[in-house]
Amino acid sequence: MNKSYELFIGPNHPGIPGNFSLHLELEGDTIVSAKGDPGYLHRAFEKLMEYRLYIQNLALIPRICVPEPDINETAYSMAVEDLMGVEIPERAKYIRTIVLELARVTAYLLWMGGYAGSLGLYTLGQWATGDRDYAIDLFSELTGARVYHMYVWPGGVRRDLPQGWTDELLSYVKYMKDKLIDYDNLFFKNAMFAHRAKGVAKVTKEQALEWGATGPILKATGVAQDVRKDDPYAAYPYLDFEIPTMEEGDSWARAIVRRFELETSLNLIEQAVKKMPKSGPVWTKMPNPFKWYVPEGETYAKVESTRGEHGFYMVSDGTGRPYRVSVRGASMPHMFTIAEKLLVGSRLADASHILLSLDICPPEIDR
Amino acid sequence: MMDKKEYENGSLLKPLSSVKYLFKKPHTLQYPKEEKPVPERYRGFHINDIDKCIGCGNCRDICPCAAITMVDPSPIHPVEVKEGTNPLRPQIDYGRCSYCGLCVEVCPTGSLQLSKDLIYTSTDGDAFVWIPAKEQNREPGFTQTDEITPLMLEKVEMPELEPDVRKKTFEEIILGFNEEQARKEAMRCLGCGVCMQGCPAHMKIPEYIQAIFDGDNKLSVKYMLEDNALPGICGRICTHNCQDDCVYNYRGDALQIMWLKRFATDQLETYKDVEVEKMPPTGKKVAIIGSGPSGLSAAYYLATMGHSVTIFEKRPRAGGALGLGIPLYRLPIYELDKEINHIKSMGVEIKLNTEVGKDVKFEDLLKDYDAVYLGIGLSYGRSIHLKGEEHPDVIQAIDFLRQVKVEGRRNIAKRVIVIGGGNVAMDVARTVVRLQHISYGGVDTMVQTVSLEDWDIMPASKEEIEGALEEGVIFNPGWGPKQVIFDENGKIKGLEVVKVKSVFDENHRFHPTFFEDQVKVLEGEFIIEAVGQMYDFSFIPKEIFEKLKFTPRRRVQVDEYGETTIPGVFAGGDLVPTSKGNAISAIANGHRAAIGIDRYLQEKSRREK
Repeated sequence: MNKSYELFIGPNHPGIPGNFSLHLELEGDTIVSAKGDPGYLHRAFEKLMEYRLYIQNLALIPRICVPEPDINETAYSMAVEDLMGVEIPERAKYIRTIVLELARVTAYLLWMGGYAGSLGLYTLGQWATGDRDYAIDLFSELTGARVYHMYVWPGGVRRDLPQGWTDELLSYVKYMKDKLIDYDNLFFKNAMFAHRAKGVAKVTKEQALEWGATGPILKATGVAQDVRKDDPYAAYPYLDFEIPTMEEGDSWARAIVRRFELETSLNLIEQAVKKMPKSGPVWTKMPNPFKWYVPEGETYAKVESTRGEHGFYMVSDGTGRPYRVSVRGASMPHMFTIAEKLLVGSRLADASHILLSLDICPPEIDR
Repeated sequence: MMDKKEYENGSLLKPLSSVKYLFKKPHTLQYPKEEKPVPERYRGFHINDIDKCIGCGNCRDICPCAAITMVDPSPIHPVEVKEGTNPLRPQIDYGRCSYCGLCVEVCPTGSLQLSKDLIYTSTDGDAFVWIPAKEQNREPGFTQTDEITPLMLEKVEMPELEPDVRKKTFEEIILGFNEEQARKEAMRCLGCGVCMQGCPAHMKIPEYIQAIFDGDNKLSVKYMLEDNALPGICGRICTHNCQDDCVYNYRGDALQIMWLKRFATDQLETYKDVEVEKMPPTGKKVAIIGSGPSGLSAAYYLATMGHSVTIFEKRPRAGGALGLGIPLYRLPIYELDKEINHIKSMGVEIKLNTEVGKDVKFEDLLKDYDAVYLGIGLSYGRSIHLKGEEHPDVIQAIDFLRQVKVEGRRNIAKRVIVIGGGNVAMDVARTVVRLQHISYGGVDTMVQTVSLEDWDIMPASKEEIEGALEEGVIFNPGWGPKQVIFDENGKIKGLEVVKVKSVFDENHRFHPTFFEDQVKVLEGEFIIEAVGQMYDFSFIPKEIFEKLKFTPRRRVQVDEYGETTIPGVFAGGDLVPTSKGNAISAIANGHRAAIGIDRYLQEKSRREK
C-alpha cells in the first residue's frame, strides 16, 4: 500500500496567488515534497519584445506583473535611458518615485488581503481591496488607466501631474495612515495572528542569502538590503528613509516587515511631494518612435519591488528593436528555491499561508 | 523607527475594535445608480474625426497589438478624398487593443483621441471591431499634446548664404546638410509614405530616407534612381509636392525631403558604384529629340531596359531647361554634368548641336529608329502681345536666362521690370539682382516684378518669393501690364500697368479683368517677360504633323504610356497634359513613356517573329 499521495494545488485555486500550479506529495497532511509547475502564464513577453519597437513594448511590460506594473515600466525605461545615455528631468524623477511608491502601497494592500485570507481573516481582504481602489482612482486620474498605467516611459513620464492631484494624493496618504491603526488592531497586533504565524516557514539569514532571497524575505532575516538604498534611482537619493528589518525570519516577521514598508512608502510619498520641483519638464525628448535606434550595448537596470529586486537585462545591437530583454523577477528564486524547500515538512493547511508569506507573483516567474 | 515590540505578542481585545465598522457607511458605489466621475485622461474607446483624419496609417504602424486596420469608412461616414490624403480610415479590434494610446500620440492631424467610455457588451465577438467616428458621441478623454509628443515637430534648419552675400554672386544659395543634420532630419520621418502620392514620379521616399538615416547613401540613391533619373538635380530645384503632402504639415514643420535627397546624392561623387540593374541589349534603337529632363529620363530608363538610345540636342549643352534656364545659384553646372555623365555611362549617346529638321530630318529618324520620343519641351517664350514689345530691350525670360547662364551675359540695365509671378519670374528677378551687383555694386539699382496675381494666388513657391524679397526685389502683385512707355529718343522709360479686378472668371478659367481707371507707371529701362513658354513643331513635315492630335488646351494628345496619335512616336515633358510645368513631372512622364516605348518595341518584335 502506498503511504504517500499526490495533490495538485492550482492553477485555479484560491490559495495560489495567480495562475500557477504546485505539485505536492503528502503523507497524511504533511508535505514530503513540493514542486512548482510554471507555464500557465507564459506569454513569451521577452521574445515578443525583440520584435517590437522600443516604444511599442510599453504595452507589454506592465503586464509582466499585475499587482505592481509600474516597476516594469520604470526598469525598462531605466535600461533604455542607460543605453542611450539620457538623463531624465528632475521633476520626472520625483513623479516616478511617487508612482512607484503608490504602486507599492497598492501591491502591499493586495498582498495583505490575500495573506490574511489564507489565515482565515477575510475582513482584511475587503478593507484592503477598498483602500487599494482609492489608490487606483488616483492612478487613473494621473495616467488614464486603472491597472496597466503605461505612464512611465523612456525619457521620463508621459504627462505632467494633473491640477490638484497632489492634494488628493496627500489626503489619501493621510487616510491610509489613520487606517493603518485599524489594520494593526485587527490583524498585525492580533494575538491569534502572532500565534499562528510565528515560527512558520523560518528562513535563517545564511539560507536567505544562499537561496537568492531579496526584498521582505531577506529583510525579515535582519539584512537591510534594498535597491532604493544600495543602488538609488529616481528621486530616492534625495529622500530620507530607513529599511525596516526583523530578525526572526519566519512568516510573522515577513508580514511585519511588509507592514512597516507600507508605512515607509506613505512617508516617502509625503516627502517626495514636498521636495518635488514645482514646475519644469517631465520628459527628455526622445527620437521619433519609428526611428528610435538605441546604441549598441548591454545593461541591467533594477528597481525594488514589493517582492524584492526586479530588474531588466537589455542587450541592444544598435537597431530599432531590442536584441534581447530578460526580466529578473524577484519571485523566481522565491518559488523555486525557497518555497519548494520551506513547504517540505509543513502541514497542508499551511501551504497557501507559506506561499503568500513569500508573496510569490506567478506572472513574474512565467513572463 | 517603528516599534516592533508592540507587535511581539499581540492582543486578543484589539481586534474587537473593528466592530465599529458595522456602524459606518460602506464606501462602495452602486453602479449604475451612482455614477463615478471618469478622469480627464481616461483611456477608453477611440474617437476619430473622420473628416480631419488623412488615413496616413501611422496609428496602425505604431500599434503594439496590431489592433488597427485601415478600411473604407463609407458605410458609417462617407469621406471626401482630398489631394495628399488616403481614403482609408482606422478600424479598431477591441479584442486586441491595449488602450496604450500610442496611436493618439503619433497621430499627425490630431483627429484620433481616446474617450472616457470603456463599457460595451455583446455576445457577438465580431461586434467588438468597429470604425471609431464622431457619430458614436463619446466624451473625449486622453488626447495628444504638443509639449510631450514622440513626433519630432521641428525641422533642422538648412544652412544658406545670407541675402547680403548671395545677391553678389552666382554661388549656390543652399549650403546643404552635413551628416549629422541629415540624419537628424531623416530621423523625423514617420515612414507613412503619404508624400509618395504628391510626387509625380512616386519616388520611394520612405525607403530612401530610411537608408539616409541608416547611413547608407548608396542604397538611398539606388532607391531614388528607380523612379528618378536625375535625383541630384531634383534635390536642388524640385517643386517638392512631396513636402506639401508631408503629414508634418498638420503639426509642425514639413520634412525637408528635397534637401535629404540632395544630401544623399552629394555624398556620392559619381553614381557608378550604385548597382543599377541593366538588361541585356535588345538591338532596338530609339531616337529622343531634346535632352531636357523628360528626354534624359526616358533615355536613362530605355537604356536600363537594354535599348540603344540616341538623344538629339540642338543646343551646345544637354539638359534643356535645366542646363539653359535654371540659374547657377540654384543648380550648379557640375551637378548637371554629374547626372548627365551617369546617364551617358548607361550607354546613352547625346548628339549636341544637332537640330532635328535641319541637321537630321524627322522623317529619317522615323525610318532609321524603332521609336521616336519627342521631349522638346516649351523652349520658346510666349509673348503677351504687349504694346511696344518689339523693342530690343524687351526680352523673353527664357532667352535672358540662357544668355546669362550659357553665353555669359553680364550687362544689365539699372532699373529692370520683370513681368510674371511664377518661379521663372523669380529666377529672372534674382538673376538680375546678381548682375546688377556685379555691374554696379547694387548702387541705384532696382528690380521690380509685376504680376496679375495677388500675393495669395501668386504661382511662385513661397521659398522663392521669400528669397526674392530678402534680396530686395520689389513686387507689384495685382497689376497687369498695359503698354511700354518710351521717351523722345525711343528708349524705354517704363511700363504702364493697370489694376487687376480679378484673374479668373466664375468657372476658374484664366480671364483677367481690370479697373481701367487705376493706372500707374513703373519706371525702368529694361523689361523681361516671364509669362510662359510654348513649343515649336516646325521641324515635323506637314503631312506627318497633321496626324498629330492635340488636346483642347493645346497639349499633345497621348495615351497613358505617352504614345501620340502617330504609332511609334511618343511624347513627354511639358508637351503632354500630365506635365505640371516642373522638372519632376517631366521626369515622371519621361519614365512612363520609356515603359510605353519598351512595351511598343516588345510588341513590335513579337509581330516581326
